[in-house]
Amino acid sequence: MSFLTRYRWWIVTAAFFVAFTLFTAEFQQAQTTAVLAATLRQSTPLVLGALCGIMCERSGVINIGIEGQMLMSAFAGFIVASSTGDLLYGVAAGIACGMIMGAFLAFLSVTLQGDQIIAGTVLNIAAIGLTSFFFQQGRSLPTGKTSVMRFGALSDLPIVGRVFFTNRPLTYLTLLLVPVIWYALFRTTWGLRTRAVGEHPSAAETVGVSVVRIRYLNLILGGGLAGLGGAYLSLEAVGSFERLMTNGKGFVALAVMIFGRWNPVGAWGAALLFGYANAVQTQFQFRGWLADDPQFIGMMPFIVTIVVVAGFVGRARPPAAIGQPYSRE
Amino acid sequence: MNLLRSALVPLLAVVLAIATGAIIIELSGLNALEAYKALYDGALADRKGIGRTLEKATPLVMGGLAVAFAFKAGLFNIGGQGQLVIGALFAGAVGYGVTGLPWIIHMPLALLVGAIGGALWGMIAGALKATRGAHEVITTIMLNFVALNITDWLTSKVWREPGIIVRTPAIEPSAEIPRWSELPTGFALSVAAAFACWYLLERTTFGFEIRSVGLNPEAARYAGISVSRIVILTMGISGMLAALGGAIETQGVVGRYEPGFNAGLGFNGITIALLGRTHPLGVIPAALLIGAMEAGGSMMQFKADVDPEITEIIEALMLLFVATPILVRWVLRRRDASEISVGAHWGDA
Repeated sequence: MSFLTRYRWWIVTAAFFVAFTLFTAEFQQAQTTAVLAATLRQSTPLVLGALCGIMCERSGVINIGIEGQMLMSAFAGFIVASSTGDLLYGVAAGIACGMIMGAFLAFLSVTLQGDQIIAGTVLNIAAIGLTSFFFQQGRSLPTGKTSVMRFGALSDLPIVGRVFFTNRPLTYLTLLLVPVIWYALFRTTWGLRTRAVGEHPSAAETVGVSVVRIRYLNLILGGGLAGLGGAYLSLEAVGSFERLMTNGKGFVALAVMIFGRWNPVGAWGAALLFGYANAVQTQFQFRGWLADDPQFIGMMPFIVTIVVVAGFVGRARPPAAIGQPYSRE
Repeated sequence: MNLLRSALVPLLAVVLAIATGAIIIELSGLNALEAYKALYDGALADRKGIGRTLEKATPLVMGGLAVAFAFKAGLFNIGGQGQLVIGALFAGAVGYGVTGLPWIIHMPLALLVGAIGGALWGMIAGALKATRGAHEVITTIMLNFVALNITDWLTSKVWREPGIIVRTPAIEPSAEIPRWSELPTGFALSVAAAFACWYLLERTTFGFEIRSVGLNPEAARYAGISVSRIVILTMGISGMLAALGGAIETQGVVGRYEPGFNAGLGFNGITIALLGRTHPLGVIPAALLIGAMEAGGSMMQFKADVDPEITEIIEALMLLFVATPILVRWVLRRRDASEISVGAHWGDA
């Protein structure tokens, strides 16, 4: 019952979207299905970025380098996949690249106790520089991008089948990761320790939890999630690498994380909202609405982010120890 | 002595970054010495090169000042890019749209309108933070994308030059910032702005209030300072500085507004502010350095076949060495009291 009162606005919003969707589906099933499927696709990198942010921030470390982690991983994944001809290696390279950058962020902000925002900015700028310098035009994926996985009869269901059961592998994986990380964060020892370290590191240290080890672990694992998001962009969404292809998604993921109140399930809901805004934007373009002024459609997701961060979230409370380097003294 | 010490870390950082850049160039099978020679030839060898360097450095000084100024109040303005394009476009619009004024009025008027546009744009993020607790790192980045779309729209629909190319008409000669034998005088304006910022921050009550809020917002509030007012005004001034950089670019270099010019300046501003130790005057040498690398980049590509993007890697390395404690802690074996901190304010409403 407390769940219902606590999340009443979420439930109302979700119910509204479902009702609206069913209503429009009566008339234009194809378009509705397309919008919903695009919503899920567009939300995937945001969910992964936000999960990375949650893992880092819940342990008390700000990560504004998600954008850079995703960009670099998209690049690494693409290069490895195009030279080995195996997408699996590409995805693994993307994850590994994100983890290395996460470890580097941990080194700067945990071991050296430097400023976390600046450390993240270094990741972002380094990623732009490195990917631009080493990128060569004309490379491609010999296998093409990841292929659609179908689930027999489930995939043939109207709307639901097309939206949920005709996706590509990384999208399924992301849907799986949301409850897994929620469970890990709120129902396991690791999760309890993470949250303790993020709220009150010296208290956690007093009862024998190593703040340094937890922060390293979370930043590296979180980096892997951002890396998966990057691999999704180059290997599943687009099928090639483009300069600056993350295009602000790492930052939108931060907004998604805050909107979801540092909760994996909340962040998933928030990412769906942003995905929906993007999907509707694509529909607008497809139908030629506002075709003369595409700029107004282009800025829509960003305005939604601002409105959401300013209006709905207001003063959402981040983990208490966030942004402060920890030293044992 | 004090000056020497505070300059030691940035200098060492620059040397290390350039050395690492050389290794990367060599590893990709090219000649680093030749590349750096070409970079120097393009940027500093003759009057033309120096003019190009100063031209590139001008918006960088302003972008660096914008970031450094906001830092003093504990704010992280990543919206330099958006504020810059707003300033550049508005200055361009006044530059061509208003006619018949003498230079002494028209040129400053265009600068002023650009500056006001940027100030208002910056204030949006400040107001959202002060009233709604929305973090400025997120809002300024989002506002960058919004500003790019708005200026694109204004350029292509409202203030467009007839023809195929999407750009505004050329500004009137009376709105131009002149050159002084190949050297852009706009650079002098940016240096003046740096000194003005230094004076405002260090010698006035308002500057004291800004620094108090940056050091400890709670204590500042307790001392009777309106933190909301300081946050909004600081973001306004920060936005104005970035916008002036854009206005000078329009009036002194390009001569009109074209979409997509000077992309990436928002991030450059951060690098430069940190390289200059967030000191308003330290921003000037930092901007000259990066400006020289940008000015010589095309020569480097032409003569040594090295992609100009290598300069972005060198910039990232400089930022790494100067803004993170790697160098200070590991090489110099001491804690530096002047280490920069912005992360502690992440959760503040």
